[in-house]
Amino acid sequence: MTATSTDGGRTRATGAYWTLRRRDALAGWLFIAPQLLGVIVFVLLPVGLAVWFSLNEWNVFTGSMTFVGGENYDRALTDPSIGAVLGTTAIFSGGVVVLNLSLGLGLAVLLNRRIPGGGVFRTLFFSPVVISVVAWTLVWGFLLQDNGAINGLLALVGIDGPNWLQEGPTAMASVIVTQVIRSVGVNMVLFLAALQGVPGDLYEAARIDGANPRSIFLRITLPLISPTLLLTGILTIVGSLQAFAQVAVLTEGGPELSTTVLVYYVFQQAFEFSDIGYGATLSLMLLLFVLILTVVQWQLRRKWVFYED
Amino acid sequence: MRPAKKLMASLAAAGVIAALSGCGAAGGSEDSAPVALRMSVWTSDEKQLALFDSMADEYIAEHPEVESVTFESLPFADYNSTLTTQAAGGNAPDLAWVGDIAKDLIDSGALAPLTESFEATEGYEYDDILPSVTESFSQDGELYAYPFSNSPFALYVNEDLIAQAGQTVDPATLSWEDVDRIGAAVTQSTGKPGYIIRDFDFSGWLSLANLWAGWGAQPWSDDGTECTMDSPEMVEAFQFFHDSVYVSGATPGPGVTADFFAGDAAFTTAQVSRASLLDGSFQFEIYPLPTGPAGEYGNIGQAGMAAFAGGDHVEEATDFLAFMTNPENSAKLAQFFPPPRQSLLSGDELVKVNTKLSAEQLDRVVVDELADVSATPPVTSPAEVTSVGKTALDRMWSPDADVAEVLGSVCDAIEPVLQGK
Repeated sequence: MTATSTDGGRTRATGAYWTLRRRDALAGWLFIAPQLLGVIVFVLLPVGLAVWFSLNEWNVFTGSMTFVGGENYDRALTDPSIGAVLGTTAIFSGGVVVLNLSLGLGLAVLLNRRIPGGGVFRTLFFSPVVISVVAWTLVWGFLLQDNGAINGLLALVGIDGPNWLQEGPTAMASVIVTQVIRSVGVNMVLFLAALQGVPGDLYEAARIDGANPRSIFLRITLPLISPTLLLTGILTIVGSLQAFAQVAVLTEGGPELSTTVLVYYVFQQAFEFSDIGYGATLSLMLLLFVLILTVVQWQLRRKWVFYED
Repeated sequence: MRPAKKLMASLAAAGVIAALSGCGAAGGSEDSAPVALRMSVWTSDEKQLALFDSMADEYIAEHPEVESVTFESLPFADYNSTLTTQAAGGNAPDLAWVGDIAKDLIDSGALAPLTESFEATEGYEYDDILPSVTESFSQDGELYAYPFSNSPFALYVNEDLIAQAGQTVDPATLSWEDVDRIGAAVTQSTGKPGYIIRDFDFSGWLSLANLWAGWGAQPWSDDGTECTMDSPEMVEAFQFFHDSVYVSGATPGPGVTADFFAGDAAFTTAQVSRASLLDGSFQFEIYPLPTGPAGEYGNIGQAGMAAFAGGDHVEEATDFLAFMTNPENSAKLAQFFPPPRQSLLSGDELVKVNTKLSAEQLDRVVVDELADVSATPPVTSPAEVTSVGKTALDRMWSPDADVAEVLGSVCDAIEPVLQGK
């Protein structure tokens, strides 16, 4: 039994069970309860279900589920397409990460110079971020047709443009560039905020010491914005591994498998071919890749992120 | 009460309410409760949906046990995957339109058998349904979907473009060679594509059946287990099409968008039901598909209406389906979809409900064709077959492709799927 007393408007536990520590613990749990509930329902439960589905063959139309153990995992290891799909995923993610970070940083450095009309450019580069990805990609799909606007413009200056979405290398380049132009605004704004947080007196001291702009950028700017580089690096890699609509709308994974990234392959297996068990297996594979990449980056931060250690 | 106690009490109360409401929901699903039926369709045509709604209203008036029938329009491009996802989430509709997914559904026992129910329905006239159009939707003599739409493919001709290019079309002898020759002339003089295989777009390769059937080719054996994409007839048909793209230029290559119904091309192959897309902006004519080396042939695209066997209201769903497809309602459906009933298959009957085509045209491209048409034999896992086949076929679309070699690789890709891996 618990007794309480009121002292100056505050309620205090005097009983044996509801000690101050227990009350604090309960309050703590209650504070994180909404978030915890969200994680359980929308993250842990689906991951758990995906593991269960990957061990079963599920006939979705009759609702029957047959336990097949590691059969789907064996299949993933021997799937003749999986090598090409993983290679495509690596090229796509690598292309997006390199282009997105370098372009985002480059734009931020330019806009940090307080040039006239800087606000307009900032808005211009950021605006694709708020456009629906499907609408954005559909428009690019029309522009990149063989008889589309881009080849029309190239023809005006005497260039016979390629059939962008129908040839492997140009199709991949088109998907990467479309993705980067749409999302580079976020990284640009984050880099801009980081650049504006670098103390001006450090630059002044460097200039007095005779440092050239390249040295200033490499030895002062980059180290000081390295936490932002880590953040944008993780966000961009994870985002690139999850990119789906660009591929689905622009190329449907083709020509051949040249733009079939892992997420699109998962979608095909699970929802087009109704092979939910194998789709779940591949999605767990994707989860593992994202996890490994994030952990590696997180560990490497000790070596190059300035504020750590 | 202390804050912590208050919170605990609130949570407990919420738990009790949730539990009670759960019980309430469970107790409410009794057999006598009014039935709400849901039918998934891939049309969003307002006139078609209005017709379905009027049929549903008529049915509900006579069947008080059915409270409502909802027609749910799903986008055609994602129809099968949406239906699959709904089924996986335990939310399958009571009834649905089915196309190439029908064999998978029948094989897995997901569809309710219809024959007995239809035959038992008064005035249904089950024998009026043509046996040739029920094949794709039957198994072991049992019908699993009513083939409400049996649309033969036909050749649409833009007479304005043909005249502009100084060409003439003789329908009595029109062959694919003629279509290629006239099409190339149209492209040269007007800059517009000569012919387009509608819905192909260098992706939906099974649409090429309208062409390869003229060479007597089919993609796989009748039982759907053996690939025949590498047969000599298929190689010849693909060589013809490849030459049309890269030699004569009569049909545009990949990455070019062109719509016959917007006046962009001289010829197109499309289903008769697509005549509704004609807007009168150019003079058109419609003929049976051109002849190929194998002579005259017909090709058909079908859609069926089915009831799901696993639903809560299978009996009501089947009964509604029998009502929706009875002779009277079949006649109403015929204004949009070429019907499967012998009694409705005459140009004079069809023209009563068709505003785009004349009785003569309907006789020529529907009535005469339906008597002797073929459809691509059904296969299990059609989406996977289409997808892996498309991936292998992509190499075909370059000027120096080795047609026979690429078709061999298509067989290598799809055969494991045809044989169930």
